[in-house]
Amino acid sequence: MSPLTYIMGLPLAMALILAVVPGEKRPFFRWGARLATLGSLLLAIYVFSVFDPPITDQLGTFPAQATEGSALEDAYGYKFTQRVEWIPTLNIHYYVGVDGIGIVMVLMAALVAFAATCCAQEIRTREKEFYILLLLMTGGILGAFMSLDIFLMYFLHELALVPTFIMIGVWGRGKDKDFAAYKITLYLSLGALLTLAGVIMLYLQFGSFSLLNMMDHATQFAGTEAGAFSAAEQNVIFALLMFGLGILVGLWPFHTWAPLGYGAAPTATAMMHAGVIKKFGLFMLIKVALPLAPEGAQTWLPILALLCLGNILYCGLVAMRQKDLNLLIGNSSVAHMGFVFLGIASVTTIGLTGAVMVMVAHGLLAGLAFGLSGYLYSQARTLDMDKLQGLLAGMPFWGTLMIMALMAGCGLPGFANFAGELTVFFGAWKVYPVITTIGIWSALVIGAVYMLRAIRTLLHGMKGEQTPEVEDLKHWQRLPYALLIAVLLLFGFYPKLITDKIGQSNATFRQATEAQAKESE
Amino acid sequence: MDLSLVSLEIGITLIGVAVLLVDLWTPTERKAQLGWWVVGGLVAVFCYSFSTFNQGPGTGALGYTKDSLAVFFQGYFVLSAILVVLLTQSYANRIRSGISELYALICFALAGMSFAAGANSLAMLFVAVELITITFYVLTSFERNRFRSLEAGVKYLILGAASSAIMVFGIALIYGSTGALDFHEIARATMALNDDSIMLLYQLGVLMTLAGLFFKLAAVPFQVWVPDVYQGAPTPVTTFLSIGSKAAGIVLMIRLLAEACPPLQHEVWLRQLLALMAAATILYGSLCALRQRNLKRLLGYSSIASAGFVLLGLVTLNDLGAQAVLFYLAAYVFGVVGAFTVIAVVSEESADEDISILANLHQRSPLMATVLTLSIISLAGIPPLAGFIGKFILLRAAISSLEVHPIMPWVIGPALIGVVISFYYYFSVIREIFWGKGRFWKEEAPATEPLDCPRSAEVILLTCLFGLIGLGLFPEPILYIAGEATNFLFFAN
Repeated sequence: MSPLTYIMGLPLAMALILAVVPGEKRPFFRWGARLATLGSLLLAIYVFSVFDPPITDQLGTFPAQATEGSALEDAYGYKFTQRVEWIPTLNIHYYVGVDGIGIVMVLMAALVAFAATCCAQEIRTREKEFYILLLLMTGGILGAFMSLDIFLMYFLHELALVPTFIMIGVWGRGKDKDFAAYKITLYLSLGALLTLAGVIMLYLQFGSFSLLNMMDHATQFAGTEAGAFSAAEQNVIFALLMFGLGILVGLWPFHTWAPLGYGAAPTATAMMHAGVIKKFGLFMLIKVALPLAPEGAQTWLPILALLCLGNILYCGLVAMRQKDLNLLIGNSSVAHMGFVFLGIASVTTIGLTGAVMVMVAHGLLAGLAFGLSGYLYSQARTLDMDKLQGLLAGMPFWGTLMIMALMAGCGLPGFANFAGELTVFFGAWKVYPVITTIGIWSALVIGAVYMLRAIRTLLHGMKGEQTPEVEDLKHWQRLPYALLIAVLLLFGFYPKLITDKIGQSNATFRQATEAQAKESE
Repeated sequence: MDLSLVSLEIGITLIGVAVLLVDLWTPTERKAQLGWWVVGGLVAVFCYSFSTFNQGPGTGALGYTKDSLAVFFQGYFVLSAILVVLLTQSYANRIRSGISELYALICFALAGMSFAAGANSLAMLFVAVELITITFYVLTSFERNRFRSLEAGVKYLILGAASSAIMVFGIALIYGSTGALDFHEIARATMALNDDSIMLLYQLGVLMTLAGLFFKLAAVPFQVWVPDVYQGAPTPVTTFLSIGSKAAGIVLMIRLLAEACPPLQHEVWLRQLLALMAAATILYGSLCALRQRNLKRLLGYSSIASAGFVLLGLVTLNDLGAQAVLFYLAAYVFGVVGAFTVIAVVSEESADEDISILANLHQRSPLMATVLTLSIISLAGIPPLAGFIGKFILLRAAISSLEVHPIMPWVIGPALIGVVISFYYYFSVIREIFWGKGRFWKEEAPATEPLDCPRSAEVILLTCLFGLIGLGLFPEPILYIAGEATNFLFFAN
């Protein structure tokens, strides 16, 4: 059995176990959840460290000559695969495996999930339900990043929908939490349904849900006229996937659910959702939509590039006006999605590599930022920045991490975000010079304005009159935050660690970029 | 004449008669317990009905056929009836008199549904429909002491009688134009029709017969009876209406469209009509459910919306669509029965059906809260439950016929919109369960003490739990059976 199955199965199995434990045994739930996510994390680190990139030259013999099984997996650089028949009538398999993009996403998701379960100690009521829902969400999204069957991918991602709704409603904060819960659910389900329609159309086109078989067929289609996947169909499918997945990610102008939802969500949910689950849409766009419908991509990507400016500029400007720390982080996180969209829209190997790097970096950063703001809320019972001033003196550890998180958010070199965003700009420069220029400027100026202003009001200066008494993080409470910032710095100073793995997903990238290159010739 | 062909129906009817007889010698306080015996009998019949699966079609001269489609639906109906009898038993406190008659009537309705599953001629179709409908006239008004129940009975009677009249007129037109009642003979006769005006009569007849079935299905514009009848009828009867009577309409529609109207399958207007109705039904049901606070009315509107989804599968007029409809129904049973059972138990305790009675249910009864939540999630079509697979294969069937039917985008679009709208009211139920505040017009906090669940209701809830998760994670067996049952059904396509 593939270790990936355990990475996904541990949280899900623990959720089942917790379901039969009586609700009074409260520590059991907390420690059970931490144990399961820690297990997933350790396994993910193991898989990440032994994930041995195939030699790039072998990929020169592309497209793969094999049509089935391990030869195809090797050709596309997938490891740790496992394939079991699930629903033969519909040709659906339980099929997992990771390539370079998959493994970095799994590692990031496992890191944030572990941190999120550790940061959930603010939950004091109905812990049983909370941890079961959190584990369901975690197992589902970990599985979604390693699925090689598109049905399975969609199926596992949707596991998070209902837990999100219940978690925001029951343990959420603020008077708008009901509205936020409905809004996030309705937006996400709309996005998911459009995606489902796109997935079904892809399935009908290729007669299979297996990602590898579909990619293989797509390369064979590309040369021939007979049985070709017509441009008109590709346009429809790509539009469905782009807007469906775009809604899941918070593509402007469908982003309004995100800051509101994260503001109302309990800490662990916000960390998981903003950090990990939101990345699924981007992941599926890169892994499924780009390589399988390259001609559709040519039609729609310029529009995506324009819309991503909406994310970068509009959401950045909205973030400038926020007085609530969570809304600020939420809006800035939507703004950061704009860089990933820009990287995807460029469809160059460099741009896509940068997009994946930003996804990883932003996942860690969003987890960290929402974790920190959640801790502040549990101490101060408010996140209104007018009431919270000069916190650095009272809580040095927390304050230092917050400064680092906010700085990373405006792209300070040394953090993984900088490396990723820079790579995206390198990739996008050739394709969309104007948009990239605007993006860089606004990223620098707008990002710096709101992040620095937040640092000034929140952390520096004298303690405000209305500021409540707050305590710093103590002892082991620091662990999850320290872990996230350490990895963020590690990938920032030594990005080769992940770029090497991502670079091995050449086959996916190449399939996506080749059609684009052909067009421009 | 081969009586063994209809042994299932004979068995069911005998159970019904036996209950009525045994009732005479049973003391009043133990009459509700007869339900266990009925369930036992039905389980035996159910096992029997599956033992005959795939033994090849046996066709009698009576306009009744026992092919795999019939066996699938008979199994479906018996399963629904078993769950409904169990539900009736946990509902027994609210039936003042004649609980055994209720059991017997359910059996008689079941016999009618079973005949409907195998109906192969217009005469059998009409008899089966009437057997079901007339039983339901009595069933809906069974709580004679409740004004609402009587109101529901009268409304169902008037509209049901009108729709039967339309249907019988349609049957007369078909008979008049083709000279046949048997589906296959009708099909043969229409092939030879070359007179346009007679063809028109035939088409009109088919439309009017379909109208009678649309009434069972509650498709727009034949849906007006649903909310009042669903709200007024005793909850077990509402459940049976929603899963049994509706499915009987569906199987008859599949048979009529597939076997009796091959020439119409290529008519564009039929497809356009079905498509328009599907879109209207989905949107009507979803939009009207939005503001409902009465749980039974809410599920009534949601059942209209799901009738629209069934129509979405039927618009395709091919085997894939029929297979999807069959699986969708199988998944639908567990969702609907689970939801209605919890509503029956909770509303008995608080003598109300407002959505606010669900407040604190997660604390009062974790089992009921879990099953209701899962049922609702399944009805909404969210993984990993049965309803998702159902919705998925319906959409697959619809999208796969995009190329053949240019009308399809105009149904799939509204269907997707309808699903998103439906999330709002489905999730409102979940909200009430987990963080509802109780009645907003009352100051008092909602009850928190544990809520007991009768034994028979527990059996249903566990069955539904098992069914919802089982069909969601391992849909293969039922998908395979549904595929077998609908293989070569629409051979013309």
